[in-house]
Order: sequence, then structure tokens, then C-alpha cells
Amino acid sequence: MNDASTPLRRFWAEFRENRIAVVALAVVVLMILLAIFASLVSPQNPYDLANLSLMDSRRPPGFVGSGGYTHLLGTDPQGRDLLSAIFYGLRISIQIGLAAGFVSLTIGTALGILAAYKGGRIEALVMRLVDLQLSFPAILLALVIVALLGQGKVQLIGALVAAQYAYFARTAYGAAKAERGKDYIEAALATPLSARLVVMRHLLPNCTPPLIVVATVQIANSISLEATLSFLGLGLPVTEPSLGMLISNGFPYMMSGRYWISVYPGVALIILIVAINIVGDQVRDQFNPRLRK
Amino acid sequence: MTDPVLSVENLCTHFFTRAGVVKAVDGVSFDLARGEIMGLVGESGSGKTVTGFSLLGLVDPPGRIVRGSVRLAGTELTTLPDARLRALRGREISMIFQDPIATLNPMLTIGQQMKLAIDAHERLSRRAATARSTELLTQVGIPSAAARLRAYPHEFSGGMRQRVAIAIALLHRPAVIVADEPTTALDVSIQAQILLQMRDLARETGTAMIWISHDLAVVSSLASKLAVMYAGRIVEQGPTATLLRDPRHPYTAGLIASLPAMTKPGTPLTQIRGTTPSLLSLPPGCPFAPRCGKTTDRCREEPALTEENGRGWRCFHPEGSNQEVPA
Repeated sequence: MNDASTPLRRFWAEFRENRIAVVALAVVVLMILLAIFASLVSPQNPYDLANLSLMDSRRPPGFVGSGGYTHLLGTDPQGRDLLSAIFYGLRISIQIGLAAGFVSLTIGTALGILAAYKGGRIEALVMRLVDLQLSFPAILLALVIVALLGQGKVQLIGALVAAQYAYFARTAYGAAKAERGKDYIEAALATPLSARLVVMRHLLPNCTPPLIVVATVQIANSISLEATLSFLGLGLPVTEPSLGMLISNGFPYMMSGRYWISVYPGVALIILIVAINIVGDQVRDQFNPRLRK
Repeated sequence: MTDPVLSVENLCTHFFTRAGVVKAVDGVSFDLARGEIMGLVGESGSGKTVTGFSLLGLVDPPGRIVRGSVRLAGTELTTLPDARLRALRGREISMIFQDPIATLNPMLTIGQQMKLAIDAHERLSRRAATARSTELLTQVGIPSAAARLRAYPHEFSGGMRQRVAIAIALLHRPAVIVADEPTTALDVSIQAQILLQMRDLARETGTAMIWISHDLAVVSSLASKLAVMYAGRIVEQGPTATLLRDPRHPYTAGLIASLPAMTKPGTPLTQIRGTTPSLLSLPPGCPFAPRCGKTTDRCREEPALTEENGRGWRCFHPEGSNQEVPA
């Protein structure tokens, strides 16, 4: 079986048993690579307006445009090659998803652990704020914040973080609260060890498994949230389309037979989100001892 | 007798709850000499654990030590500021908890945790810390200790984990260890091994121990002295052998009579009728009176401590002797 040499290797050995999860992981890695090397694999730079020709707009897949190459997935209303636009769109979606995910992970975890560790008023204040926020749909909050802050990558990430940190705070709080009451934390706190050391060495590491699970799910969520905002026209400027905006750009043409402008970016988005969620599910199952065989 | 290393006098720890004041520990006194092992026995809810926590100043609100003194090698602990108390915990007085799973951090190796426990009190090089940890693990009976330092708690069995916890408690060679039912979660043969090792360790290191347990049989094989608690008070204390042979307090007598070894095989076990009273509504006078077979009108008063030949009890109608306490 597994030789259980390191926790990481053991984790991987178990992960490998689920073939679907392995495929999903491969898809996620592939999409991340495509996003990183978008400028190398794309036939066209869709952000370089000088490259675009309106003569090529809304052409079906397989069309050979003025650039002299085949547009495998057709072109959008601005005459962009859709395949290239999807690669670049993936890059933006993944960038924003990861950035928003990690920033909300950091902020949420810090708040949740602070609340669980300190207790009393700080706990009440932080957790009631989190409860209040979780009672609103994330999309509503994000919409309001984007409307207030205006458009742009940083603003968008800010809005996503504001909408999502609460999930991390809730998870970290729950884990830390349960851990806080255990004897080893009590014992460590009864000695002259500094509180910082106790939190960093004892409390935080024991809260990580559920946080990793929430992080994978929330990265997928922030990608789809960003797509939703872009679809509603509140995301990035039209010159830098993310996947959501590409879908939105093609939407008016859906009924006139030019399905490809919306459908292909949509398919890319679905594959990415589903793949991340499958990986997240597998990670969750592996961290949950009750589901262990 | 030499000066006691730990001396507790009239210790009272009360919990101020919404339903009323719970006198969990109500006037506990005892002395502990260097290297001596005292067993603290009683039913659940008799105040054993709260007594243990009170000694280390670990009582959390709504609980509070309201009266009494705890002197550790001459230092009064009850009035010591928290920072000084923390400096003593783990170094001069340490505690072993009941649940060996919750006392170790599952994410750190045993070596890392022992290093942290050392760091809390002194600056030692990594190498010296490893050497000390290895030595102590060996002492508590963990084979190939040096290699085991790199193992995680889940790689140990329950008994081994409790040994690790004991080794950590011993790291700084404290003067006193309070062990709160450390073997309750273990099976009997492991229990016996650990008990023997603890007795040897106490003898070798001069560490005094308070062994809290509900199991009279376990404690009596280990402790040289026993204190029996009931409803927050010590109702009887004295040398183990004397107490077992010749109990004076009816409660102690009841405990001994209910030991399986004291009963003829095939007959039902003797039991003390009734249950521990709620500490919120104690009867006036002797708390054991409602369950006692010898209750008289006098028991409505609180019996004073009767002392005789190094032992003491709180009862108007002691067993064994037919002498009543003169009114």
C-alpha cells in the first residue's frame, strides 16, 4: 500500500485513487498553464486593438480571417479571435480568482482565529458582523461594492474579498474554537510561552485542513462571481475581457444563430469551475476522517 | 517530618453561577512532603479535579479561589500575580490531564512539542533539548526514544501518549505533579505499568505527586497517603494502609466495601445508597448524612476534624471505634 513516508506523499497516494479527481486536477493545471502562457499559445493578442479588424467580427468557427489564420472557435463582435480571447480571459479569471481567494483566506482566517482566541467582545463583534454578512447573498454585496469603488482589477478583487472573507472567518472560527478548548492549548497558555507562539505553532496548524477545503471551493466561487459581475457589465473594461465579459458580449447574438461567441467562453468557464470543485471535493473527503474507508 | 513541599490550608474554590454559589472545594487542607505520593479519591463531582486546578491557579471564571492558601516550597500561590504563576507552572508544579489525546498537539512531532515545553521556561540548544527529551522518554518507558521524537502523536498508542504527557510534565523536574486521573482512559495492564513507573520516578527524582482518581484500588497501590473527598471537603485522610484497614468515616468505609475484591464472588457488589448531592443544595451539617446509615440529630451540625495518630476524619459517629465524639 502506501509507505506513508511524509504526510504529503500519503495525501497524494490517496488522492490518486480517485481517477476523476486526478483528471480534474490535470484540467486545472492545464488551464493554469494555458493562462500563464496565453501569449505564447494564442494566435492573436486580443488586447492589441491594432490587431483587430471589424471585418472579421462575428465570424463562425473555422473562418479564415484577414490575419491569414483559421479562427478555430470563430470571432467575437470586436473581431477578436475567440480562442485567443478565451486564453487571455482564463488568465484574468484565474488571476482574480486566486488573488481574491488568497486575500480573503488571509483576512478571514486572521479574523476568525482572533475571534476564537480572544473571545468576549472581539468575538461577538467579529462573528456578528460575519453572520450579518453571510445573511446577504455574496453577489449583492459584491455588486454594491463594485458600484461604489468603480471598475478595475483591484476594485474587483476588493469586492470579491469583501464578499467572501466571511466564509473563511466562519470556518477558521469554528475550527479554532474547537481546538482552543483542548487541553494542549490550555496547557500551553498556562506557561510563559507567548500568545503569538501558541497561536502560530499550536492553534493555526490545527485549523488548516478545513481552511484548505474552503479555499479551493471559494477560489472557484470567486471565479464564477467575477464572471457574473463581468456579465452584468460591472467587471473589467471591454478592452480586457474576462470570461464573463466574453459571454456577455455574445449574448445579444445568441438568438441570431451566432451561438459560439457566448457558448465557448461559457464552456471554458464551466470546465474550470467544475474541475476546481471536483478537486476541492476530493480534498474535503480526504480531510474528513468520517468519510474514510 | 521535614518541611512539606506543598501545603494547602482551608482552600475554598467557589463557582458563582446563575443558579447560585457552588462550593466545589470547601475547606480542603493537606500537606505533601518531598517525593510523597498522595491519592485524592472521591466520586464524580466531589471536587477532586477542581482541587487540582486550584493548586495550579487554573480555575476559570465563574470559579474563584475565595479563601485559603496554597504554599509551594514557601511561596504563596493564591495571591501570586498571573505572570509569576505562569513562570512556576510546568517548572515547579505541573499537571497531567486525563485525556492523553487532547493533551498533545496532533500537528507537531513529539520532539517539537517537548522543545516548545522546554522553551517555555529556559533557553536550551536544540541538541541539549533533544538530549533531555530523549532521556525523559526513556525514563517513562518509551523504547527507542530518540527515534520516537520524530513521530506524531497519532503514531502512539493511548498508553504511550500518556507516557509522553508524563515525560513532558517531568521535563523541568517540578517539585510537585498533579495527575488528574491520568490512567483512567487506559486499560488495566498498561495502568499497572505506568503506576509502577510513576512510583519509581517519584522515588528517584524526589517529585511529590497528587494522584487524583475515582478508583480507590488504583490509588491505594501507588499512594502512601490518601485523602477522601466528598462534596468539596476532605472527609478523611491518613496513611493508605491505616485508612484501608481501619476506615473511620462511613463514606470511606462504604467505598472500601464496594471494591470488588471485598465482596464474596457471586454476591452483588456492595454499594453506597443514593447519589452525590447537588452542590447547590447541600443539607446543613454533614453532607454525607442523607446517605449515611448512622445519621443522628447531631449530624445536622457540621462535624469538626478529629485528628489522631497522623490521620483525621470529619464524623460524629466514626466506624471502627465505638467511641463517639464527645458532644
